[in-house]
Amino acid sequence: MPVQVRIPTPLRRYTGGSEEVSAAGATVGSVVENLESQYTGIKERLCDDEGQVRRFVNIYVNGDDIRFLNSLDTELKDGDEVSIVPAIAGG
Amino acid sequence: MGNVTGLRCLGCGADYQQAPIYVCDECFGPLEVRYDYDAIASAVSRELIESRPRNLWRYRELLPIDGEPTIGPYSGCTPLVKADRLARELGVDELYIKDDSVNHPTFSYKDRVVSVAISKAIEFGFTTVSCASTGNLANSVSAHAARAGLDCYIFIPDNLEQGKVVGSSIYGPRTVAVRGNYDDVNRLCSEIADKYGWAFVNINLRPYYTEGAKTYGYEVVEQLGWRLPGHIVVPTAGGTILPKIAKSFDEMRTTGLVEGDTPKIYTAQAAGCAPVVRALHEESKTIVPVKPDTIAKSIAIGDPADGYDVLDVVRSSGGWGESATDEEIVDAIQQLARCEGIFTEPAGGVTLAATRKLIEQGRIAGDEPIVVSITGNGYKTLEAVTGALEEPRVIDARLRDFDNLFEGLHSNRDQEMVGAKAAAG
Repeated sequence: MPVQVRIPTPLRRYTGGSEEVSAAGATVGSVVENLESQYTGIKERLCDDEGQVRRFVNIYVNGDDIRFLNSLDTELKDGDEVSIVPAIAGG
Repeated sequence: MGNVTGLRCLGCGADYQQAPIYVCDECFGPLEVRYDYDAIASAVSRELIESRPRNLWRYRELLPIDGEPTIGPYSGCTPLVKADRLARELGVDELYIKDDSVNHPTFSYKDRVVSVAISKAIEFGFTTVSCASTGNLANSVSAHAARAGLDCYIFIPDNLEQGKVVGSSIYGPRTVAVRGNYDDVNRLCSEIADKYGWAFVNINLRPYYTEGAKTYGYEVVEQLGWRLPGHIVVPTAGGTILPKIAKSFDEMRTTGLVEGDTPKIYTAQAAGCAPVVRALHEESKTIVPVKPDTIAKSIAIGDPADGYDVLDVVRSSGGWGESATDEEIVDAIQQLARCEGIFTEPAGGVTLAATRKLIEQGRIAGDEPIVVSITGNGYKTLEAVTGALEEPRVIDARLRDFDNLFEGLHSNRDQEMVGAKAAAG
């Protein structure tokens, strides 16, 4: 099922410069796998060796941090928007 | 001039050239400015610093600009108040308040980081500055942008105190209130920063911005007579200032400006938003983000970007962390005002309340110099304490009315004293 994924600047070298790409998957984890099959190397930027989301990477589904949902097992439905956002400083 | 050698990732150690970039391409970790400390050590001295005007640029060799500073000629050099009355109440020997509630021009520590960030933005050629903010940063960016004649966009949560909102609007930025909390604003702004190419002081200028916080630590050392404190308690929101205070102490030792042991550094958070303190108490390697619920809105950041840096610094210094409930925050704000005549915002109440607990626990030794970091001003957040204070007594403009009032106040006090003596006896 297709979802839209917003890609931050540091990862656009993998997506040919695209800010937003389409990916398929029933969970965030499977979307990450699907992204990797389209854009080789991107998964390693998002996840550590144990397959967990890296410390400094934040992933949101429709604006909600997946750490408040079900992390990589968070389920997705058609048309959901996934954002990948680096952590930023306070204010 | 300019002693910057480049940027380095705090996560994986990858090196980068100086640029308006803020995260590591490899691991998304935050980037930190690196310097040529040998060059700095041969250029600076206590005498040189003391000979300069009283603003944060007196430490310019240790700040990440290449040319002359253009922003913040009156910022920094806030008082280090020797707090003897407060020290007596807390049962300690030597206590200081580093008082950034009177920083110029917008009454918070943010005037330091913004002076550096916008000076750097101008060096990079930006003409629009912006920020995501819980209020204090927005105030500071708005004021400094106005004086520099730069365009300015401010992004804040939609539930801020009126003083924090007006404190930006008066300088004429375009203000956008985002429905949600700071973490929501932050997420949106990181996407806007990507798209619009503005100088977001706490996003794409973050490595430079955070360096400005070091001046808080340099000043503490200089004002203590070129001496390191034994203990310093610092509030944590996004986690900018605490690691930079630690860096300031390290740099001053590296460059020969001061000698001595690394101070113990303690973090203070509101109980309703304490992800870093919780990780400390649970001896966890992971910081679990929270949804903030506290009156200390200026530090209500549930997902602190530099939280891991705070954890590392606190642990390696031998420090600790404590949190404070809303009631404890209001009580500590009043205690600081009553003892030292300093009116701080709820974040300052958090810091003092946490300090009290750390002293009671014996974690902070009472016979070593202690610094409490006050980073914001209570006049911006009147809502936080209004209900807790004595209301003015209203009388007509007649002497007899005041005589009656005074007599009533006195007899109340006399009764209280009689009662206290009876209880003591």
